[in-house]
Amino acid sequence: MAKNDLLGGSLWDNYSAKVADRMDNPIYQGEITQQEADAMGARLIVADWGAESCGDAVRLYWAVDKETDVIKKATFKSFGCGTAIASSDMMVELCLGKTVDEAIQITNLDVEQALRDTPDVPAVPPQKMHCSVMAYDVIKQAAAIFKGVEKGILDDDEMVCECARVTLKTIQEVIRINDLTTVEEITDYTKAGAFCKSCIKPGGHEQKKYYLVDILKETRAQMEMEKAQIKEEPFSARSPFQKMRLIENFFEAEIRPLLHKDGGDVEILDIRDGEEETTVVAISYKGACMGCGSALTGTLSFIENGLKEKVDPSIRVSVQ
Amino acid sequence: MERIYLDSNATTVVDPLVKQAMDPFFCQMYGNPNSLHRFGTETHPAMSIALDRMYSAVGAADEDDIIINGCATEGNNTVIKGAFLDAMAQGKPCHIITTQIEHPSILHTCQYLEKEQGVEVTYLPVNAEGLVTLESLKEHLVRGKTTLVSVMWANNETGLINPVKELAEYTKSQGVLFHTDAVQAFGKLPVNLQEVPADYVTFSAHKFHGPIGVGALYIRAAAPSTPLLHGGEQMGRKRAGTVNVPFMVGMGLAMELAAQHIEYYNTEVRRLRDKLEDAILKLSDTMIIGDRKNRTPNTILASFKGIEGEAFLWDLNKNGVAASTGSACSSEELEADATFQAMDMDNNLSHTGVRFSLSRFTTEEEIDKAIEVINRTVERLRSISSTYSS
Repeated sequence: MAKNDLLGGSLWDNYSAKVADRMDNPIYQGEITQQEADAMGARLIVADWGAESCGDAVRLYWAVDKETDVIKKATFKSFGCGTAIASSDMMVELCLGKTVDEAIQITNLDVEQALRDTPDVPAVPPQKMHCSVMAYDVIKQAAAIFKGVEKGILDDDEMVCECARVTLKTIQEVIRINDLTTVEEITDYTKAGAFCKSCIKPGGHEQKKYYLVDILKETRAQMEMEKAQIKEEPFSARSPFQKMRLIENFFEAEIRPLLHKDGGDVEILDIRDGEEETTVVAISYKGACMGCGSALTGTLSFIENGLKEKVDPSIRVSVQ
Repeated sequence: MERIYLDSNATTVVDPLVKQAMDPFFCQMYGNPNSLHRFGTETHPAMSIALDRMYSAVGAADEDDIIINGCATEGNNTVIKGAFLDAMAQGKPCHIITTQIEHPSILHTCQYLEKEQGVEVTYLPVNAEGLVTLESLKEHLVRGKTTLVSVMWANNETGLINPVKELAEYTKSQGVLFHTDAVQAFGKLPVNLQEVPADYVTFSAHKFHGPIGVGALYIRAAAPSTPLLHGGEQMGRKRAGTVNVPFMVGMGLAMELAAQHIEYYNTEVRRLRDKLEDAILKLSDTMIIGDRKNRTPNTILASFKGIEGEAFLWDLNKNGVAASTGSACSSEELEADATFQAMDMDNNLSHTGVRFSLSRFTTEEEIDKAIEVINRTVERLRSISSTYSS
């Protein structure tokens, strides 16, 4: 926090003149009818993205030349705030005259860039970047309809922050290379999480597949585990505390992320010396894992084998 | 361009009479009221009159306290944190009952105490009419365990008026303290603390044509009070800090004027509000939240199908009309308006809400112009909308 944060900006004062102008007078607002498309010898594509209940919804109309795949005419309709309408309008303009494959390459960053008055001043304040992401998503939806595939195929699965377009791999690398320990540092390095903030943690503007808090935790745990292995000290010679740390890091990096995906979890209850120089890890399942058939068979052997391989062969797991 | 202000639940224009009353206390009578010399003491008569006006405007008894403070947020924090600190000091557990529709100065304070201090907090829902009910309070209040009940008198977004009299009476009958945030109620409907046995009541001057930056907290005699600010003898040691003389004087007069205009609100402001409301309802696919009989006479929360709230405000603003929305799409949270949610309405509505709030300075010509602008806005934005087809 500092002087510039104290008053809080006026949202609308941070829109570029182009954004304001396109909100007031959108150029490409409207529909394309089937007859119109037919008259152009074009195929009509109508794609919807978003929903009124989420606060943003956009419909994109394309008339695509049947011979060349070129988008000859494009229009939009939008339920959304001023920046959503302006972004949609600019997105449509960028699509025009391109082939469908070229249009897929347009990203939200292109839309935002095109709306700037001067090259180095953002067109919209950070919290409004997600409006341009909507414009990007609806292009992919239209392309998917055109190609007769699911939109998911065209999505970049590993995209963590849509606003700044930062992938999972980039974030993991940045954490490792720079030894980052906080989400704020990740944002400083990559801009991920700097805009609509949905990707920072659950409960934000949008639901995400990945969250920065989880990526940070998992990557840190993996780093810890690797560091401990480098030491090459025999497991049996380590202190109870170190043993606990190694086992806990293994669970955090390798086991919990998988269980979380199915709504389950696991807790380590105890780590003690067993018979014949074994180490017994007592665990208890939580959430969806409780009563799951595989918890005492497949999952259990997966955990035990993993511990044997990654931590120490002497480990046995017992479920309480 | 002529501007029309229909956002009086956010703040109001200062009554010129109030400004006039404050004027002498900036450059002439600027003494610190705690000083022994004449500069200090000459401020006392005006402060005393201000207190008289406040006590009389809300029906407070002389043995009660009305503490002048900085804002309603301070008043609400004082009550909620005071209840917690008091329970701590006595080694008792703290259980606070409030509602899902409170102002953030109550909600976030309670959430802070809940998360960081382990206080048990119950958030009462509202019924289908958007009101807090005695039944749900009875269900959750535990005699001997509940420390404080805090329910807003009227809601800022919808204007819906909660049955605070019966809620306060029941709470008191169970030996539990009762607080109400009367920020949106005072000046719009009768607030008589002889009839409503609340222990604590919060007020804010700028909601009734006083200046921004001064509020008041009513504390009934015998109700415990733990100050939020320590460090001075002001306000009977209940709120330290040099008293803001000009603002206190302004608030006193503003309260008197507001109390005098209750009937005007109930007739003339209500008539203009209803005129605007009827014009909105005449448009297709619009709705107004909450029965107008249960609302403060100046407030409309309208939903215009197919139009996002912030876009609506943009067009209104461009045409000189100021209103507000409880659900800007820039919000970092997906969660829409708390009142919509608590009323369990279709989530689709929650992004289409626009609030219009009038004051005693709103004129008929302004309402007529606003109606024109609203009609044009609805027409334009629905022609762009992807979720509306006529």
